[in-house]
Amino acid sequence: MNAVKFLFAAYVATWVIHLFYLGTLVRRFSQLRQQLRELGKGK
Amino acid sequence: MKRLFPILSIVTVVLLGYALYLALVVAPTDALQGEVYRIIYYHVPSAWTAFLLFFINFVASIRYLTRSKASTENAAKWIAIGIGVVGLVAPFLPPVRRLIPAGMEPSAVATTIVLIPAFYFLVGKLFPGDRLDVLAVTSAEVGVVFCTIVLVTGPLWARPVWGIWWAPGDIRLTSTLVLWLIYVSYLVLRRFSNSAQTQMLAAALAVFGALDVPLVYLSIWFFRTQHPQPVIGGGGSMDPRMLHVLLFSWLAFLLFGFLVCWSRFRLELLKREVEQAHAMESLAGAGVSEKASLPLSRSAG
Repeated sequence: MNAVKFLFAAYVATWVIHLFYLGTLVRRFSQLRQQLRELGKGK
Repeated sequence: MKRLFPILSIVTVVLLGYALYLALVVAPTDALQGEVYRIIYYHVPSAWTAFLLFFINFVASIRYLTRSKASTENAAKWIAIGIGVVGLVAPFLPPVRRLIPAGMEPSAVATTIVLIPAFYFLVGKLFPGDRLDVLAVTSAEVGVVFCTIVLVTGPLWARPVWGIWWAPGDIRLTSTLVLWLIYVSYLVLRRFSNSAQTQMLAAALAVFGALDVPLVYLSIWFFRTQHPQPVIGGGGSMDPRMLHVLLFSWLAFLLFGFLVCWSRFRLELLKREVEQAHAMESLAGAGVSEKASLPLSRSAG
């Protein structure tokens, strides 16, 4: 039964890492779009 | 293309959901390890996906390094063709065959080697010019994410099965950690170096880093390690139902990895567009100040 905890932890860790990375991609996308908008306004 | 991404995203979510169902419900329980063995349905596909991404990074880096001179590019092209021809024939020759570990099929070795020129030409065709560098950074970053998962899920499997989190000195574990460190240093180099040579240096580092991939993969074939010996080929006796689930899980993670790479690729293009816009703005600003200073210098003259 104890071993199932490790299985659960491994599956959860996998998706936490993937979702964290996807989150950083979304944040970087929005930052770059914001910068592009600001550059557009400056012209 | 815009419609393809959401469609593929839905397909990927369905495949990942079904892979999870297969891994937890359909795949039989392992007689020795019990339920915890099911970690392999995330651990192994993540490792294979990371290897593939590092391989793509290697090919893109080689192409990037050789593209500066026509003669170097030509030589690299012929070397790739040579590797393909030798790889197709050599594994079947008796002296080479003896070097192949027991259980590893020469046809599998030949297919793997032939993938090198195949990827070399495919990558060159699909990613011309600076897009090679964009592909290199994309595949390295996503590869590191998958490799991180390998390094996290591995100890979570090892603790209940081996009784230890990590086996110090085990060549498979150590070489995987070294691989991860090499690619993390590659990303750090790209992130913090502003030199004009950064892309070249990163590409060179990637080529050396990629040399670790065959060592990681072949370590369990050539050395006796704490890490389990190969269960596919190599005299492994994996239950066909487990194998089907493993391959299906890999397909789902492969598609997921492709979509993540697609997003990261677009992000890198957008980043370069912003950098270019900043540079243009700076130039325009410099142009304005130059014009503004022109009458002064004339009057001074």
